[in-house]
Amino acid sequence: MAENKSLGKEFSKGIIKENPVLRLVLGTCPTLAVSVSVTNSIGMGIAATLVLVCSNVVISALRKVIPSKIRIPAYIVVIASFVTIVQMLVKAFVPALNDALGVYLPLIVVNCIILGRAEAFAGKNSIPASFLDGLGMGIGFTFALIVMATIREIIGAGTFLEGIDSLTKLFGVTGFTGFHILSQPVAMLTMAPGGFLVFGLVMAAANKLAERSGKPKAELGGCSACPMAASCAILNKGESCEAPAEKAQESKEGSAV
Amino acid sequence: MENEKLFVSASPHFRSAKTTRGIMLDVIIALVPALIASGVIFGLRALVITALSVCCCVFFEWSFRKFILKKSNTVGDLSAVITGILLAFNLPSGIPYWMVIIGDLFAIVVVKQLFGGIGQNFVNPAIGGRIFMLLSFSGAMTSWTEPHTGFMNLAGADALTGATPLVSEDILPSVGDMFMGIRGGCLGETCIFALIIGGIYLLVRRVISPAIPLSFICTVAAVMGIYTAVKGEGAEFVIYQLLSGGLFLGAIFMATDYSTSPISTKGKIIFGIGCGLITCVIRLFGSLPEGVSYSIILMNILTPLIERITTPKPFGTPKKEKKAKEAQA
Repeated sequence: MAENKSLGKEFSKGIIKENPVLRLVLGTCPTLAVSVSVTNSIGMGIAATLVLVCSNVVISALRKVIPSKIRIPAYIVVIASFVTIVQMLVKAFVPALNDALGVYLPLIVVNCIILGRAEAFAGKNSIPASFLDGLGMGIGFTFALIVMATIREIIGAGTFLEGIDSLTKLFGVTGFTGFHILSQPVAMLTMAPGGFLVFGLVMAAANKLAERSGKPKAELGGCSACPMAASCAILNKGESCEAPAEKAQESKEGSAV
Repeated sequence: MENEKLFVSASPHFRSAKTTRGIMLDVIIALVPALIASGVIFGLRALVITALSVCCCVFFEWSFRKFILKKSNTVGDLSAVITGILLAFNLPSGIPYWMVIIGDLFAIVVVKQLFGGIGQNFVNPAIGGRIFMLLSFSGAMTSWTEPHTGFMNLAGADALTGATPLVSEDILPSVGDMFMGIRGGCLGETCIFALIIGGIYLLVRRVISPAIPLSFICTVAAVMGIYTAVKGEGAEFVIYQLLSGGLFLGAIFMATDYSTSPISTKGKIIFGIGCGLITCVIRLFGSLPEGVSYSIILMNILTPLIERITTPKPFGTPKKEKKAKEAQA
């Protein structure tokens, strides 16, 4: 197995096949909350990707030092440090984005995608692989956010890229503040029920795409149907998900006898 | 013996002549008086909106099942026609045509077909469509057209708009006008007389049972009566509360939808009382002027739970106390 090829796979899997939002169904809360506007989604995606890449690299580097019993608190400390750094940067350079994202920026600490990748990937793999995994997953998250936000903003608010100048200002471009598309938008899409609706439809489309490329559906179908099956520790040991619990029961019964 | 025709087959051995299509046709017939009334009251535009809504619903049902779901064609059961009529009845007559199309798309594709089509929808498609439109186009959905602004007024834009009696209490129409539907409001909800005729037809044809409409309307009357007694307002208040808004349309035609209301009579009464209570709470204490559609959609969602507590006991099985005693012994 060529090393380069598998590294490339670690990067590309996060974009569609194992897209964290649409296929693994992680990080739903920030997705629904932030995907009202494309600008906010780009900002949120970049912030989360930064945290994800940095925390993946650090956790991967420390994976032999962190005792497995307290690994979750250790991961959270690493993630929280990077979130604090990112939050300070956003506050300093893009205050408008900080206001728009509100509580969801500090909440990146408990974003399931980041903790999930730390637990499922970075804690077991080398630094380069973890770096690429984090980058791919971050881009996948950003991509899903932008797809949902494009639908919700254009149809729900009638605008596209509204307020983008708060981001482009960083690169010295000002004056462009987005398109105005619909005069009479379908306001429900910007509300919470509309968010769930668009989420469901985009997820269906992603399932269709992944199905076409030969991956099983993300449905309730046991371990083999899970998109994370390849990296799942339990499956790789040759046991099904239910097995450990059954085994524990058996051993208890055995001791009773 | 061998030559005699003795068929052995699985149950059911007796079949009812009722078909989905026949039942739906009865509902359509029952809606005709209200449709005529809306044409008389709000003019030709009301009929155009209803026709457009029906065509769109049927088209979306046919095309979505054919091209996207690739499943059997269910247009023939006429349920999409009813969704189209009921959704149109829930709209003000001045609504832009394209909004009607979007509402139909939501009702048929999202509420009905994505959940599995007829019999699988989790809420009434017409009410789902109405609430979607109410949340999305709140301005256009709450500017009521005054009755008799000209029969040929197809543009709808120049029509005078007035408040429904639920919103403004300054210019109340007489009780007789309220009963006959000479007031501002949604297309099909205003003429109580026509709705009652349709309801009686459905009762006579045994398409609906009286449990839901009666318990719904009686609950609203009772709660409004108590409210009047406590507040010391005139008895007229109760009558206006009953005759205004979409109470009769909702109680007779929308709360009685088969797939989203309980099966047993006990369950139906609980369903109706729940609808009535929620309607009153929204009308009296909520910030919205009308609560019938929200009350029905909420009770639609509660229907599986109502079914669970009202499941009848199979004949011959012991009572619960007995079982408990046996278990003790």
